[in-house]
Amino acid sequence: MIQWLGTTFDLPQHVVVATLAVWAVLVVATGIVLVLSARGSGDYRELIDRTASWWWMIGAFTFAIAANQIVAIVFLAIISYLALKEYLSLIPTRRIDRGLLLFAYLAVPIQYLWAGIDWYNMFLVFVPVWMFLLFPALMALRGETQNFLRAVGTLSWGLMLTVFCLSHLAMLLVSGEVHNPVAGGVGLLFFVVVLAQFNDVAQYVWGKLFGRHKVTPHVSPKKTWEGLIGGVLTTVAVATFVGPYLTPMDHAWSALAGGVIGVAGFLGDINISAVKRDLGVKDAGGLIPGHGGILDRVDSLTYAAPAFFHFFRYFFTP
Amino acid sequence: MTRILRFLFFGVVVRGAILLGLGLTVRHRERLPTKGPAIIAANHNSHLDTLALMSLMPLSLLPKLRPVAAADYFLSGKVRSWFARDVVGIIPLERAKVRKGADPLAALEEAFDRGEILILFPEGSRGEPEALGRFKTGVGQLAVSRPGVPVVPVYMHGFGKALPRGSSLLVPFNCTVSVGEALFGGEFDGAQSRREFMTAYEARMAALAAAETVPDWD
Repeated sequence: MIQWLGTTFDLPQHVVVATLAVWAVLVVATGIVLVLSARGSGDYRELIDRTASWWWMIGAFTFAIAANQIVAIVFLAIISYLALKEYLSLIPTRRIDRGLLLFAYLAVPIQYLWAGIDWYNMFLVFVPVWMFLLFPALMALRGETQNFLRAVGTLSWGLMLTVFCLSHLAMLLVSGEVHNPVAGGVGLLFFVVVLAQFNDVAQYVWGKLFGRHKVTPHVSPKKTWEGLIGGVLTTVAVATFVGPYLTPMDHAWSALAGGVIGVAGFLGDINISAVKRDLGVKDAGGLIPGHGGILDRVDSLTYAAPAFFHFFRYFFTP
Repeated sequence: MTRILRFLFFGVVVRGAILLGLGLTVRHRERLPTKGPAIIAANHNSHLDTLALMSLMPLSLLPKLRPVAAADYFLSGKVRSWFARDVVGIIPLERAKVRKGADPLAALEEAFDRGEILILFPEGSRGEPEALGRFKTGVGQLAVSRPGVPVVPVYMHGFGKALPRGSSLLVPFNCTVSVGEALFGGEFDGAQSRREFMTAYEARMAALAAAETVPDWD
């Protein structure tokens, strides 16, 4: 059946197996949540919402990678667009910049186009160099100096995080193809996305069970050293196990990659937490029931995606 | 023909644009009326307000949804008038010069008798983006004269950023629709019932507005 699935959807067999494994974990987790909420007296509303949203997210991700590469890139671009939109809705913006903001959205399809055609040099400089230079210039030409620095800073930073950083997922998918005989670019994409998400859950569970000492009490009071270390070690263990199956890395390199994803994921998470705290909001949005907004879900990937991409590119691309 | 056009416009164009272009956060969707007669009374910052509100209701209710809109603005020009009347399905309201003896709200009373759901903007015209304007008391008059008709306060946020008055450039922003608990004109039976109703409505709108933390323009 796995062979049939692989040829029908043109997916490497190892990715088919890994996808089935993720679905199996989801089924088991849903069963546990249902049993807990049926027996327990506490409020399981959020946990149920969260689990229901995982079905949607994993369903959409499976569909995107199973359809074909273009669908997967469009799917990732839509995530970037939604994250940028959520970010721009959260921050203070100036009315005079309305037109420029519409223009900034254009950076999403363009950046994903560079990834889609595997133009690495343009992919690397488009947002950090060209968009970074263009938008302040356009804002200056408009002539409004009130809050100029804040407008330039927030827009550049938001574009970097939601467009440039997240687009590394698409670049990994496209450019990784030739460097991963085991499971192709899609195997690398799968590896970083699933591990970053798994790392979030693992840190949460370890923190809930054993959390005592806070890492950043002012930014994210629920983050504890116990959660961080336990979560990262769990991610390292899983990475060691699945790395050789999905990537050209051996056990040791996979463990190191797991550590990179775990720590980067944590940093991306507290980064968005700091933004939300600064703005005085609890969730970045209401798009995903139980999780908050899309930024609340992809926060760890904003760091984990570029960190893993460049880690892999440096050590495993000739 | 226009019926089909109406369903296509709201079922496909509006829903698609709002889903991808805006993205709505809806608080207490279950408080929206499921049958007429009823009034949805919202704040008004953008042409998107009406469309977004209508997209929140099931398509089967579409024939019953009637936005109340300014006659002088929406009936000017052939195309705009046809679009407003036939596709959007507005009930035009004279707001400037009301002839003596003519009740401007008579058309709305008739709509109640047909079991329709009115979408009203008590602020009248679209106000300054994201600022609650002064409410006109016509909604209070309607509520008091129909004590059993629920008036659902709705606070809308973000639409004035996405498409403010005076601009035709739609910039994607996340928008919020907060639905409050329904008020009934029948709850206010004092001599000043209309004013009491308006005070209660304003208080409910202010409470919904206060719950929003997302910033306005700098």
